[in-house]
Amino acid sequence: MSEKIVVDNVYKIFGSHPEKILDLIDKGHTNEQILEETGHAVGVAGVSFTVEEGEILVVMGLSGSGKSTLVRCINRLIEPTAGKVIVDGVDVTQLTMDELLHFRQKHFGMVFQNFALFPHRTVLQNVAYGLEIQRVDPNTMRDKAMQALTQVGLKGWESNYPSQLSGGMQQRVGLARALALDADIMLMDEAFSALDPLIRRDMQDELLDLQERVQKTIVFISHDLDEAIKLGDRIVLMKDGRTVQVGTAEEILTNPANDYVARFVEEVDMTKIMTAESVMVKPSAIAYFKSDGPHAALRKMQKAGISSIFVRRDGKLIGMVTADDVAKIIKTDAKTLESILITGMQTVTRDTPAIELFPILAGINYPLAVVDDDGRLVGVIIKGSLLAGLAEGMQTGGAS
Amino acid sequence: MNQFKIPIGNAIEATIEFFVDHFSFATKAFAGIADNGISLMVSAMMFFPPWLLILVLSAIAWLLSRNRGITIFTMAGLALIWNLGLWAPTIDTLALVTIATLFSILIGVPLGILAALNNVFYRIVMPILDLMQTMPAFVYLIPAIPFFGLGPVAAIFATVIFSMPPAIRLTCLGIKQVPKELVEAADAFGSTKWQKLIKLQLPISTPTMMAGINQTIMLALSMVVIAAMIGAGGLGGEVWRAIQRLDPSKGFEAGLGIVIVAIVLDRIMQKLGGGSKKQQ
Repeated sequence: MSEKIVVDNVYKIFGSHPEKILDLIDKGHTNEQILEETGHAVGVAGVSFTVEEGEILVVMGLSGSGKSTLVRCINRLIEPTAGKVIVDGVDVTQLTMDELLHFRQKHFGMVFQNFALFPHRTVLQNVAYGLEIQRVDPNTMRDKAMQALTQVGLKGWESNYPSQLSGGMQQRVGLARALALDADIMLMDEAFSALDPLIRRDMQDELLDLQERVQKTIVFISHDLDEAIKLGDRIVLMKDGRTVQVGTAEEILTNPANDYVARFVEEVDMTKIMTAESVMVKPSAIAYFKSDGPHAALRKMQKAGISSIFVRRDGKLIGMVTADDVAKIIKTDAKTLESILITGMQTVTRDTPAIELFPILAGINYPLAVVDDDGRLVGVIIKGSLLAGLAEGMQTGGAS
Repeated sequence: MNQFKIPIGNAIEATIEFFVDHFSFATKAFAGIADNGISLMVSAMMFFPPWLLILVLSAIAWLLSRNRGITIFTMAGLALIWNLGLWAPTIDTLALVTIATLFSILIGVPLGILAALNNVFYRIVMPILDLMQTMPAFVYLIPAIPFFGLGPVAAIFATVIFSMPPAIRLTCLGIKQVPKELVEAADAFGSTKWQKLIKLQLPISTPTMMAGINQTIMLALSMVVIAAMIGAGGLGGEVWRAIQRLDPSKGFEAGLGIVIVAIVLDRIMQKLGGGSKKQQ
């Protein structure tokens, strides 16, 4: 492994005379003092770290910690006030505008929090954008874009427009757009933060799978410690534009550099903070009260390999039926599931603590439904998924 | 009253006189050529029998709008104009509006792009546009005459000045409204300014630009009517003549013709602008 990116003492200060503020920062003035006295906002204050080739480095911090500004300093979407960014031995901060454009085309793929897909272009045209900019010939362009789309599992969607896709699929397009370039570095700015928790987890898994195959150097920005631990080979923890700690997840969890990190890490603790949301899974099948009769319901259960199925009407969870009951009424020519619908079963909300789920699950022999405030089914918890989710939590949290 | 009066009027008059003295030979020559061009366009359109042209225009309305109502309205409205004996002045008006709008777009859209991308230019051009739009339209007619003489070319000159601001303003607005994240994404992939403009900013701002062009057409139509006072002819000329003769029947018929032309142009342009919105 070699150093792919070196971020060396980078500062970004917003205001009319940013250079004058550098001294104040070195003298130990806080960001609040500087803002009050000079009207300058400190984005990044003297950050240094390196990224090894082929690793995922997660820059992690709460909002306002300067992490998004920092990642934009790497490809100079935001011009750093001071400091160096060296990529493959080239000091990016010294490039002219023309050289910089060329450098971005060759080295940086970027994925954005709000996807930033071009609404007037099809999925394929979006993915091909970076290649189009480089004037790659149309056939190669199409092939590479299709290849990238296949990698993220969106083959067949190429002629749709982004607005026709779900959030998760849109971000896959964003990912494919960055992959199609063959750039060696991916900058991912809170790439999964705008997605539903379940989809976010899927996307994290897929990113790890993909990384096995493509071996890019990835700088991933996140505000979520769980995500940082899951994805990051190493983690840079930021606060107020400064690095608080750099290290592997293990190092940060077992040996927090100061109270701030320690408080952060405490929250990764097991059942107390694990909620229904973090251990639920997608239901493998749902029956629709209006359209599904006994035959359809039975078929769905057989296909999914389950013995009971939740029933939904107008988006709301209204009950469940079991395979045994359905089999009985199939003979009676019933057209709906009404006669065998089991209502009033226990449900939990997303933020029910995991610890409370055990006794509930012990008392029932079907999955536990997780519903939102409007009574919509958002996920289910089965005994297996609860244990697996907790085991994952124990592993990371148990280390402290 | 013998107070000192700031000589704004004098200064402007002197400036105009200076330009007239030194350039009117060129503008007059241009006016001659343009006059021929307009006559050629008008006689080309008059060459066809009205019923054929009505069918052609209705077909264009259908192709651009894909809307049955607009197409039928175009056909019936133009037929009514023909029946009222206003066909020739309508063609004159259409030719003037078309030419003036083309000039307004050709000048206005690039200026709008420049204003959106260059902050200094934006600060300079916006107050000028405010001035151009609040100045009574009649005022533009006065300097047009010494440069271009009485007639359609002077009318087009005044019309272009009067109808250009919305093309500039809405092009500028459309480009400035392109979401920052999208511009940032285009930057992140190493787009040049030109690539960003062609591939992102212009396509996304098209609906807004079309709204601006629609306004430009409407302003051009209203100005072409006013320009009848300096001999632009057309439907405005009919109205002007009706005023002088105190002839309400003629006046209202010509007025109705203008309304029909305005509705047809407006509806077609609105459909054109709305059409590209559906993907967003």
